Amino acid sequence: ARALTPQTAETDAIRFLVGTQSLRYDNQIHIIDFDDENNIINKNVLLHQVGEIWHISTSPADKGVVATCYNKTSDTKVMTCAAVWRMPKELESGSHESPDDSSSNTQTLELLCHLDNTAHGNMACVMWEPMGDGKKIISLADNNILLWDLQESSAKAVLSSSTALEGKGQLKFTSGRWSPHHNCTQIATANDTTVRGWDTRSMRQIYCIENAHGQLVRDLDFNPNKQYYLASCGDDCKVKFWDTRNVTEPVKTLEEHSHWVWNVRYNHSHDQLILTGSSDSRVILSNMVSISSEPFGHMVDDDELSDQEDQHPEEKIKEPLQDSVIATYEEHEDSVYAVEWSSADPWLFASLSYDGRLVINRVPRALKYHILL
Amino acid sequence: MAAVTAGNGAGTGGGGSPEAASGGSGGGGWRRPHGPLQRYYGPSTAEAAEAAPDPTDINGPHFDPEVFMTKVRSECPLGQLLAREAALGREIRALDSDMQTLLYENYNKFISATDTIRKMKVDFRHMEAEMDDLAANMAAISASSARVSAALQDRHRRGAQLAGVQALLRKLQALVEVPGRLRRWAGTEPARALRCHARARAVLRHYRHLPSFRAIEDESHAIMADLAQRLRTRLRCETLDPKELTECVEMLLQLEEPPEELSEEFLSQAGARLEAELAALEAELPEADPSGTAATPPPPASDILDFVDRGSSAFVGTLCQLAGSYRALFGEDTGRLEPFAAALATRYFALLERRLALERGLGDTSLLVRALDRFHRRLRALLELLPAGADAAAALVARAARERVDRYLRALQTFFLGCLGDVRQALAAPRPPGKEGPGLPDLLATLAASVLGQLKAVLAYVQLFTARDVAFASLPYFKGEFCVTAVREGLVVAFVRWLCRTARGFADGPAERGAPAAPPALLLLLARLCLDYENSTISYILTLTDEQFPPQDSGPAVTPGPALCAEARGAAQRLLDHYVQVQGAAVAQMLRKSVETRDWLGTVEPRNVRAVMKRVVEDITAIDVQVGQLFEEGVRRAQSSDSSRRAFSVYSSSRAPGRYAPSYTPSAPMDTHLLSNIQKLFSERIDIFSPVEFNKVSVLTGIIKISLKTLLECVRLRTLGRFGLQQVQVDGHYLQLYLWRFASDERVVQGLLDEVAASAAHRCLDPVPMEHSVVELICERG
Repeated sequence: ARALTPQTAETDAIRFLVGTQSLRYDNQIHIIDFDDENNIINKNVLLHQVGEIWHISTSPADKGVVATCYNKTSDTKVMTCAAVWRMPKELESGSHESPDDSSSNTQTLELLCHLDNTAHGNMACVMWEPMGDGKKIISLADNNILLWDLQESSAKAVLSSSTALEGKGQLKFTSGRWSPHHNCTQIATANDTTVRGWDTRSMRQIYCIENAHGQLVRDLDFNPNKQYYLASCGDDCKVKFWDTRNVTEPVKTLEEHSHWVWNVRYNHSHDQLILTGSSDSRVILSNMVSISSEPFGHMVDDDELSDQEDQHPEEKIKEPLQDSVIATYEEHEDSVYAVEWSSADPWLFASLSYDGRLVINRVPRALKYHILL
Repeated sequence: MAAVTAGNGAGTGGGGSPEAASGGSGGGGWRRPHGPLQRYYGPSTAEAAEAAPDPTDINGPHFDPEVFMTKVRSECPLGQLLAREAALGREIRALDSDMQTLLYENYNKFISATDTIRKMKVDFRHMEAEMDDLAANMAAISASSARVSAALQDRHRRGAQLAGVQALLRKLQALVEVPGRLRRWAGTEPARALRCHARARAVLRHYRHLPSFRAIEDESHAIMADLAQRLRTRLRCETLDPKELTECVEMLLQLEEPPEELSEEFLSQAGARLEAELAALEAELPEADPSGTAATPPPPASDILDFVDRGSSAFVGTLCQLAGSYRALFGEDTGRLEPFAAALATRYFALLERRLALERGLGDTSLLVRALDRFHRRLRALLELLPAGADAAAALVARAARERVDRYLRALQTFFLGCLGDVRQALAAPRPPGKEGPGLPDLLATLAASVLGQLKAVLAYVQLFTARDVAFASLPYFKGEFCVTAVREGLVVAFVRWLCRTARGFADGPAERGAPAAPPALLLLLARLCLDYENSTISYILTLTDEQFPPQDSGPAVTPGPALCAEARGAAQRLLDHYVQVQGAAVAQMLRKSVETRDWLGTVEPRNVRAVMKRVVEDITAIDVQVGQLFEEGVRRAQSSDSSRRAFSVYSSSRAPGRYAPSYTPSAPMDTHLLSNIQKLFSERIDIFSPVEFNKVSVLTGIIKISLKTLLECVRLRTLGRFGLQQVQVDGHYLQLYLWRFASDERVVQGLLDEVAASAAHRCLDPVPMEHSVVELICERG
């Protein structure tokens, strides 16, 4: 299984959606609820019969709306399509059914609309407008960026604009992220070794990081608090942090993994916490204080510092944290293809490996208090 | 009268000698002529008592005729008695005649002596009268002399008075002439004028109450003032050489000009002169170019030794001279001289430093050393007078030396880069088929040897700075700090560090962004070089350095060899890791492209191993050869290949999509997952991009791991048809056949290939594996 997403619109319960990949069985979307107080995991299963799920994302506005990219296999061809779905009402808010009868109780997703990609090729991923009302999505199909408007309560998807990447070489997009900054007008995409930024209004390229990684770029993420900061990871085992205003050199590079890094995620509220998942079966939680938005050492300007002093007089006494790896999680036995922070609890994250194991972990308590206090 | 007495004495003496002669001619019993006489006149009792009382000795004093007679009679035969009697008779006669002769002679002498005495009596009486006469005459003479002198005394006094007056007059004359002379000499020979004035001054001062003298004094004063004025003007406006200057000031001092003012004048004059010399020196330097825009300053007109020579002979010499005369003139109070000299010396140093800065090239170090040496020696004279300058001068020399060492470091670095460039070229040069280019070991040996040789040469050059015959080598700086800080740390250690850094740079640096990446062979070469440094070269270099530049015990802390070794090892490790990554990435890229671009669903039944797999095996074999040239074989997991091969085939047939298909039927996918999970529980976690060891097997294992893991991940991203799966099976088997021997642990290869097969099966729509025998057949054919 490769597809994992937090339920973005849900802010109370810790809930993740996992899409399965199986060629020979009906695929499913598992809704994983984690009860933090009782330390109990609940699972609900939704059938997703159209094919194996390669990518999944949830609407930021409507808890019940999910978009997936799935493989449609015929005898001689594999086509990756994308669709928007609605979950059954009772699962939307995570009704706590007993886990043992989940298999008998499987329900089916209600199809809202297809994102018609016959003209554009395989869908690599679907992104929702991060702060929006769940009406705009962007999908990446081969070398095209497609911006869709969902109308009639998501029942109809209208292609509002699109652009294609042209040129030589490997042009298929592998991944993309929608920036939460600049009024949600920017996205970043990765193809081959290049990271590109796009303006969604004009659908023009605004920046391009050539050779961002030595090999294929696997994933991107925007810093939720610093609008120009971007993290990327790739097949050269590195995680790089970029300032999109100056794309010649990375701001910082991490080399902790021993194989391809498939996923990188900023924590939604504490952007010094970086989560990476790699096919060396490890999940690494890093603390990148030096490039986070939190005050760090002497990098803070004087007036800012005085501001900070008013708020956190104890800040001065504390030793500034150094950039470091906080923890390496080795629970997985196979390649980890997805890591995500919970949308509800900023100290909780899930990781998913090829063999279908989902692991939920917490940020170490000591560090949590260190950051909070 | 005196002659008479003398003649008498001589007569007495003459009387003695014939006697002796006659005694001798008498012979026989008279052994000594005076003996019997002495005995006769002064009977020495002592002698008598002492002599043995031998009554029979006829000549002895105790002769007893009776005893003699009896003795002779009783002892001698008759003939002898007769002979004896005759002999005695003869002797007696002879003695008698002797007595008579003596008697005659002495009688005559007595007579003449008596006559002489009588004559003397008469003469003395006459002499007395004459003496009286003489006394009377002398008295008369003295009286008349007294009279004469009394008469002359008055005249004498007057004469003396006149002489005095004359001397006085002469002096006065001289005094009167003083102004004239002064005037005459003031123009031409001021020194003489000064001497003259100095002589006259005391007198004039003493008699200044006399109006005439005062006039003279005033006049001479005026002249001298005039002279002083002229000297001053001269002092001020003329360019004097130091000697003239000194003279001038000396004269002014004698003129009792205020020394304060004079010293100031002196210094300003000297300053002007020294300034001029400095300016002359400066003129030799090319224009300072503060903006630094000039591409290359024109080469200096003269070499550094020349410059220093001129500088020291002109400037330092003059400064010394002036300082010496200042001391002589104004005493030991150097309160003003010191800052003056210090300021000038500082400027001189600055100039010299600028000149030294021009010595950009490596030029001739011995020349520089000699120049600095000369500078230092010449300055020593100055330094006695200006202790503060010593530090500055030493610092200057030290800086120059340091600068030179730095330059050597840079040259070494350039040299090393050049060598690297050569190596690169050699590696990149297209090799004509059939003709092997220089092998990697040769290149490595050449590189290492030339770098080491260059380092040694540089050390030899630098050693000139501490040579025994160089004066400044004995400075404590050159003894201690220079050896340790500059040479050992600044040159040798810095070079080794830089080498490691540069090597590392090939691994860390721009390899992936922009700049062309270093060829893998170069990485390998550098890794080996760093390793060699770690193993032996660093300790050798450090020992060599410590020998040539013995460190002081109390010197600053030095970088220990092990730290450098660790650094070199780190660099070697990094390079080798990078090599593995680069090569692995190349192979992986090939595999990834081949997997990604193929249509795995619609592929036909495999007939062959795919070409890309053959290519992979070829590449890895080539890498094996390349690494084998430089690194040792390394240790394989102690396990005979036979047994592991068998283990593999059993294992693979039991769980891989082999002949025993039942376990792979779609009905039991969870089983395979379970199996794979259980297998993973027991196998070690494989770190794909992990550090490798310094041997061939480890390096190749690393590369193979990277390649196979890539294959695994790529296969997982695809959806395969039945024949796609079979193709993967064939490819996997082919790789297994050819790659196991490169890896240190076949199980790694096996495990990864098993996982590839499992993933392929999992990703397959219609997992019908191929017959194992067919797979083997195809592989063997391929």
